[in-house]
Amino acid sequence: MAALLQQIVSGLSTGGVYASLALALVLIYQATGVVNFAQGEMAMFTTYLAWTMINAGWPYWAAFAATLAIAFAAGVLIERVIIRPVENAPVLTIVMVSIGLLTIFNSIAGWIYTYTVKPFPSPFPSTPINLGPTTISLQDLGVGGVSLFVLVVMYVFFRHTTLGLAMRAVVENPVGSRLVGIRVGWMLALGWGLASLVGAVAGMLVAPLVFLEPNMMSGILIYAFASATLGGFNSAGGAVLGGFLMGVIENLVGTYVTFIGTELKLTVALAVILLTLLIKPTGLFGRVAVSRV
Amino acid sequence: MVRRSRRPNVPRKIVLFALGIALILGLHVKTAWAQDPGVTATEIKIGNTAPYSGPASAYGTILKTVAAYFRKVNDEGGINGRKINFISYDDSYSPPKTYEMTRKLVEQDHVLLDFAPLGTPPNTAIWKYMNQHQVPQLFVLTGASKWGDPKGHPWTMGWQPTYYSEASVYAHYVLDHIPHAKIGILYQNDDYGKDYLAGFEDGLAAQGRRLIVNRQSYEVTDPRIDSQIVNLKNSGANVFVNITTPKFAAMAIRKVHEIGWRPVQFLNNVSASVGAVLKPAGFEASKGVMTGIFGKDPSDPMWKDDPAMKRYYAFLQRYNPAADPKDAFNAVGYSVAQTLVYVLKRSGNNLSRANIMREAANIRDLNLPLLMSGIMINTSPTDFYPIKQLQLAKFNGQRWEPFGTVYAGAINRQALVQ
Repeated sequence: MAALLQQIVSGLSTGGVYASLALALVLIYQATGVVNFAQGEMAMFTTYLAWTMINAGWPYWAAFAATLAIAFAAGVLIERVIIRPVENAPVLTIVMVSIGLLTIFNSIAGWIYTYTVKPFPSPFPSTPINLGPTTISLQDLGVGGVSLFVLVVMYVFFRHTTLGLAMRAVVENPVGSRLVGIRVGWMLALGWGLASLVGAVAGMLVAPLVFLEPNMMSGILIYAFASATLGGFNSAGGAVLGGFLMGVIENLVGTYVTFIGTELKLTVALAVILLTLLIKPTGLFGRVAVSRV
Repeated sequence: MVRRSRRPNVPRKIVLFALGIALILGLHVKTAWAQDPGVTATEIKIGNTAPYSGPASAYGTILKTVAAYFRKVNDEGGINGRKINFISYDDSYSPPKTYEMTRKLVEQDHVLLDFAPLGTPPNTAIWKYMNQHQVPQLFVLTGASKWGDPKGHPWTMGWQPTYYSEASVYAHYVLDHIPHAKIGILYQNDDYGKDYLAGFEDGLAAQGRRLIVNRQSYEVTDPRIDSQIVNLKNSGANVFVNITTPKFAAMAIRKVHEIGWRPVQFLNNVSASVGAVLKPAGFEASKGVMTGIFGKDPSDPMWKDDPAMKRYYAFLQRYNPAADPKDAFNAVGYSVAQTLVYVLKRSGNNLSRANIMREAANIRDLNLPLLMSGIMINTSPTDFYPIKQLQLAKFNGQRWEPFGTVYAGAINRQALVQ
């Protein structure tokens, strides 16, 4: 029983990691209609920028804030310079461009910072808290907490602010939006900037747990995709819940289903993606998109 | 014209083909009685491949130090009057590239031998080629246990202790010193992890194997390994064998500490770096972790008055000032280069490929200056594993502290049967 509880708690804390990146994936999908495969590597790269600043003697929160600003600007810049020219190209083209970005960021990070793992400071103390027979570290709680906080901010932003509503309108109906005076191009750029910013938060939260190195996000990205698919790509809350679910499912299946064991854990994530798409393509909380033809 | 030109071309092709075959045969006949390539009265040409770029480029520094050591040997007059011409190509740890570069070394540069090519996948790619062409693939820098196969692959020889040997030392220590041991193992699910696992299990032998209460594996793609550590703790294990690469090693040590598990810990030498593993994991969490070492750690202040270490520092400063002398990889380069120089000196003027392999397979009790005292290089025509012994060391919160006697590691006979 204690073992089961411990696996669930450890699954939840890993799930927090998946949820944080899944949020960025969902955000950019909601704001631009694009699935960005480079999201994880962009987050990793901005985390290196934060690491550089902290090593140069900056206080943690100053580096944190500066990194968010840079991440936002970089996201906008990438949209304007790289995505804009292929904006009206088929979806596959945009997917390929984002995979290209993925490998570019990964290689540049390896080239500049080498592949040696680096410790990254955490704003939360690493002291473990005892919860009955099991323990959880404040870091893990922090990651989950911040993910939930970002979720609430996103919810409010997309539901109750003019800017957020305008961004959603652009995705739903670009022509109509332009007719009512929304600057469609800038809304898309803004979406990239915001997703890059949320990604940077994820990167800085996750780095203390998994250590900073160029491949830090590649494993997490697959699970984040599974989480977002499970929860529904157009539901931020669903993605967060999907993340926590993924973490727990992965641990329980790995521990108690002996023929899967730890060797096929990644397969579980891929199976979740496949099953969701087969049974309920919109995910647990996604809405069915209806478009007039 | 066009139609007619096709037919006479056929016999011409056959003639060319026959000529080619004759040439190849001729070359082979020639090499049978002439001196092997790569040696003149004034020069010995030695080839190598190593990752100077790409994900494994951290290892590149080993070969830069090797090149620097050969410059030093040349400055001091060379080997029996011959200077070493060291040609090292970048393969970026990519096996197809290694193959291409090695063919270039053998067929265009005409090197005498391939010395210390780095990495298990790259060496696997050229294993067959080297043995077919009977060119020494000498002192390969990898810990896999398959390189010591004098019967099947008489032109290939390892150097460092194998993963298998190392793990068998941990098993012997557990049997000798830890009564009522209950062992939990975490290993990377690939050839490297399984090589270690086999060495550990064989080292425990049949009656000791039941001491293993839990085995957990992970994939390199796994973001975290917390779940595995929790399972190991819950299995009731009091000994933790940590067979992981640096990132996962650091995560495992930290998680073990965080959940309040206090087992006796063995960490494989692959991840014994203080800077890249124990520091990220936390020095407090790493206290008491044990590993097996064979060389003196140049970053350890314990050796600061050691004359051999002083000579190493002076050498690097003069011949490879860009290298970090505290990086143990440079010490590895220094030692492996010394091993080759020893073999070349003993070969004297008989620098045929066959004689070099013969000398390499007859090293008796060679202790190099940067190996721990008591660790001897020994080879024989049936033993192609130069370093087999290990010294155990315990992390004291700042550095690895050697303790106890030198252990002799076992040789993986099983791998050779395959």
